[in-house]
Amino acid sequence: MEAVAIPPFERFYEEHCTEVLRLLRRKLGAERADDAFQETFLRALRAYDRLDHGEHLRAWVLTIAKNVALDTLRRTRATEELVDVGAEDVRPAYVELADLVDGLGPKERAAVVLRYGYDLSYEQIASALDSSPDAARQAASTGVRRIRRRISR
Amino acid sequence: MTVSPDLDRRFRDAASALGLVDLGYDVVSTPIGELLVGSTDRGLATISFEADPDESLDRLARIAGPRVLRLPRSVDTVRRELDEYFVGRRRAFDLALDLRTLPPFTISVLEQLARVPYGETTTYGALARRVGHPRAARAVGTVMNRNRIPIVLPCHRVVGSTGDLTGYAGGLDRKRTLLELESAA
Repeated sequence: MEAVAIPPFERFYEEHCTEVLRLLRRKLGAERADDAFQETFLRALRAYDRLDHGEHLRAWVLTIAKNVALDTLRRTRATEELVDVGAEDVRPAYVELADLVDGLGPKERAAVVLRYGYDLSYEQIASALDSSPDAARQAASTGVRRIRRRISR
Repeated sequence: MTVSPDLDRRFRDAASALGLVDLGYDVVSTPIGELLVGSTDRGLATISFEADPDESLDRLARIAGPRVLRLPRSVDTVRRELDEYFVGRRRAFDLALDLRTLPPFTISVLEQLARVPYGETTTYGALARRVGHPRAARAVGTVMNRNRIPIVLPCHRVVGSTGDLTGYAGGLDRKRTLLELESAA
């Protein structure tokens, strides 16, 4: 099967900018959403030429946006709970994994869903979570270990 | 709800300032119609008569990479020089060009093409002789046809051996207009 080509960034941006802004406004309010919007697409742009393929870019950029929102909330010492990956992004991959990843920490949950639900590479997951590929691999494997332990109980 | 023009511009400016864009482009209005102009950090990379970006984005991405973004300021110098050219106040362009990814033969033909003076014409055969391949007139024609930076690299100054205009990627009307502009100035 041929990999889906990575679209030119302009097309990717035009396709997802409205949804990203809407998500950020809901998480952060209109005032803080603007800076987070810029940060989200700058992070996406930084990682864009290292993508392996153009699949699941919507899930990818929404994960980046949620992560930026989380950083913003942390910085402002807000106590809001971390948003669930896919909470308003109801897609089959997430739905199927929802029960399994329930109870994992936010980074582990995101890493497991992106790795096993969306089949993204650790490089891509790392860019979405703003961490390293090694850390993404670690988070996914810790997550999977915890799930196994819980299931076998 | 949509992204406001101000927020959109802030993101584009930041992306450009941080050097995260492979190729910035914008549409430039000229007397021969709208042109799609694209620049990289190395210089002007493309001018296209197909001005609709939607039709051209994939082509732009093949030049320098997938990080293609509309950046009006990235083509400001090109826009100014084109404006001057079209009012007859500029005879030579003073622009760095990004010819990377082009094959060596194409580059050597384009280098010779760049030397054809303003207001004059040459032939495909003469250009072939100048690159040291006197029998390659047809190959030179192909290079002209695929010229990624028309106007600035003046393929409109290359005509058939009988003086016939032969062809032009932007259409013969545009070729005629450019030659008339240069002979009148």
